[in-house]
Amino acid sequence: MSARETILKTITANKPSLTELPAIDLVEVIQYNDLLQQYKTVLQSIGGGTVELQDINSLKEELQTKKANGDFVLNRIASLGDVEESIAHLTAPDLAAVDTAYVEGTIAVAENGAIWLYESQMGNRLLPFICQHLVIVIEKKNIVATMHHAYQQIESAKDGFGVFLAGPSKTADIEQSLVIGAHGARSLIVYII
Amino acid sequence: MKIGLFIPCYIDQFYPQVGIATLQLLEKLGCNVSFPLNQTCCGQPMANSGFASLSKGCDKNFVANFTGFDYIVAPSGSCVLHLKEHLHDEQHPGEAEHIRKHIYELTEFLVDVLKIEKIDASFPYKVGLHNSCHGQRGLHLSSMTERMLPSFSKPEQLLSQVKGLQLSKPLRSDECCGFGGTFCVFEEAVSVKMGKDRITEHSANEVEYITGTDVSCLMHLEGILKRNGSNVKTIHIAEILNSNA
Amino acid sequence: MSKSSLSHAEAAEQFIKDEPRTDWHDETLWFVRQKRDKAAHGLPEWEQLREWASQIKNHTLSNLDNYLLEFEANANANGVTIHWAPDAADHNRIIFDLIQKNNIQKIVKSKSMLTEECGLNEFLHAKGVETIDTDLGERIVQLRYEAPSHIVLPAIHLKKQDVSDTFHEHLNTEKGNNDPQYLTEAARQHLREKFIESELAITGVNFAVAETGGFVVCTNEGNADMGAHAAKIHIACMGFEKMIPKAEHLSVFLRLLARSATGQPITTYSSHFNKPREGQEMHIVIVDNGRSRQLGRADFRNSLKCIRCAACFNTCPVYRRSGGYSYHTAVAGPIGSILNPNIDMRANADLPFASTLCGSCSNVCPVKIDIHDQLWKWRQVLVEEGYVDASKKVGLKGMAFVLARPGLYRFAGKAGRAVMRLFPWLLNNKLNPWYKQREMPAPPKQSFRDWYIKNKQQ
Repeated sequence: MSARETILKTITANKPSLTELPAIDLVEVIQYNDLLQQYKTVLQSIGGGTVELQDINSLKEELQTKKANGDFVLNRIASLGDVEESIAHLTAPDLAAVDTAYVEGTIAVAENGAIWLYESQMGNRLLPFICQHLVIVIEKKNIVATMHHAYQQIESAKDGFGVFLAGPSKTADIEQSLVIGAHGARSLIVYII
Repeated sequence: MKIGLFIPCYIDQFYPQVGIATLQLLEKLGCNVSFPLNQTCCGQPMANSGFASLSKGCDKNFVANFTGFDYIVAPSGSCVLHLKEHLHDEQHPGEAEHIRKHIYELTEFLVDVLKIEKIDASFPYKVGLHNSCHGQRGLHLSSMTERMLPSFSKPEQLLSQVKGLQLSKPLRSDECCGFGGTFCVFEEAVSVKMGKDRITEHSANEVEYITGTDVSCLMHLEGILKRNGSNVKTIHIAEILNSNA
Repeated sequence: MSKSSLSHAEAAEQFIKDEPRTDWHDETLWFVRQKRDKAAHGLPEWEQLREWASQIKNHTLSNLDNYLLEFEANANANGVTIHWAPDAADHNRIIFDLIQKNNIQKIVKSKSMLTEECGLNEFLHAKGVETIDTDLGERIVQLRYEAPSHIVLPAIHLKKQDVSDTFHEHLNTEKGNNDPQYLTEAARQHLREKFIESELAITGVNFAVAETGGFVVCTNEGNADMGAHAAKIHIACMGFEKMIPKAEHLSVFLRLLARSATGQPITTYSSHFNKPREGQEMHIVIVDNGRSRQLGRADFRNSLKCIRCAACFNTCPVYRRSGGYSYHTAVAGPIGSILNPNIDMRANADLPFASTLCGSCSNVCPVKIDIHDQLWKWRQVLVEEGYVDASKKVGLKGMAFVLARPGLYRFAGKAGRAVMRLFPWLLNNKLNPWYKQREMPAPPKQSFRDWYIKNKQQ
């Protein structure tokens, strides 16, 4: 018998009798009066920053200024101007120098500050991790209360990769002292339109 | 209502005053209490060491002694929990089941069955409450800091009725004292360290007494207090509820 | 690695000798427990969430063979290769074969308690292959030739001075600079190089989704992603109990995991791997290593629900005062004490006794494993199977004999409360561990029973 068959056969022999899956009733789940405020409060508490924007123009200017200053900026958001389309093939050494990446988010979650990013939004799945600074733009109407709501609205296996990203990279592995900027992005700013 | 009084072996032998206080308190509250003379032990010392198989004789003796009561009451959460979870008698399964369902730790009996709201007791001292784990987490004598449920405490409810008593709680209000049955000797170092840490927190509250619902925990804390020459004393909750200082 | 041959009690005694450090360890982990409490209090549905998580895991275990088949089929369709490993040796061999086949020189690894369980680092080292652990805490202990002492906080036994000394030696940081910010930055620079040049990334798996064939890896540092997205081959290692039925169930577990582990509302990164990126190879190694045997033990199977949050470590008053190494296994703490006897009963017979059975572990467990009840049940099994000291057995037999015989009990009691000497903690001599740091209770003149007969039974 192959290893696979041995394992599966033993599991079949040893598993308990079938039990039911629970029905997850969202009536039981926390609600927030003000999703935007909740989202902002939580993201700030985990080291991220938020900026509310009436329109995207001021962010466009910021991006242009950075470019003009010679920063290595990668933009993945069409409404911010030219999009770097073909970055999927860029490798780690290519991307290691990225100063700031601009990525659009799908859903933001008020209970924990997380934002869902599809691989198609990142352009390259390494980008939101390897860049020094990360900027995500999200529409206010796409803020949902909890992870239950978020999974209803995304298709987590649509792309080859996707991530719930909550704040900048961090660690507390040295004496439980929180340090922002472990291996991933040193900062995260979320612009809410 | 016929009540059988169970006085666990180490209370019988070493802390008779706790048994006396329990009996007097129940009688003061109008209960008809008897003490079956051939009782010994709940069997927990064997079972918690992995020798539950050896406690059959103990179980049989327990059932023989405590059959025929409406309730069985004991001043020990730990022994009561053990009996509730593990008392069996192949020859008398119905009697064993009746006992499992009708055995109560003293404070839960006072609060849940007798529904006592006023106790005539006075104890004008600063007292720290130790929540013993088996009573708290096993019998639900009080809410637990780990659980996200409404807070309550049966021992505190009773102690708050005692005149002159100033109750304080340690910083970690439901951390284990480290007694743990045979754990106290087989894991001596951790056991004593846990006990010392409980005492440090109670001492910070400048208590004169540490009380609780289990003599075993108190015996362990008392052993450490005495060795270190502390003037903090331990006292079982039955003694406080029965006192008229 | 610093795996101890001492029993838990002996190792704990060593640990406690440095009392200030023990206090620091205890308080640091208690602080994590408090953060967990605060996070849990933030959700009115907390207890309901635990119940849902428990039911989902129970259901999954009851249909596990089918879910694994569904997972395998979907993962294959996604272009992922599945490997099956009956035990630790197979797991290690599968990885080594992939390394050899692809002539890999540079390997980064993110946190995976499974690879610790299987001894992968030591195995590869013996074959002349070096792996770089990339979780900061794991890198710290790796540089010190130590094992993680905690499954979520691998270097929690160390103080910043220790880390500073290690980094000074290996990463050329300034001597005596203990600033965590400075030290973390040094590790960032050191490990960035490793990520960028890596050819193979090994990661763990937090959840594997049968419905999609994808899997989720959770980190705060981003190290799993840095490795997996940079390397040309990604191997993810998972115990088969990581399975869950559907993607929507991730919501329940991701809400519980970080809150239980560190009090964060969610880890920084919850990465959903479905397909390899273009030109990349992705492999999943599904490991049994005793799990199917545990599944067959009715009293212990639900230990397989564990999601490795370590909340039971942080709340355990024994773990906090004895440190991870005292458990001499990859997974320490209360959950380790119910998992490890299944792997090796003789070697781990001490662990179920390293507990007061206070029950706090079961209360914090986000998937409602009855940990303290299982500790009690393992004690019974270990005694039955003959893995407990014969001397212990003789003593307890004597005790049981007397306590079943009221006449003998009373006789012994009259003889100066001698009956109580049957209790191991009340032996009145200096060899008794009770007496080392505690006084004995003073024997009273009469027992309660004597008093009762005299005063109540005229």
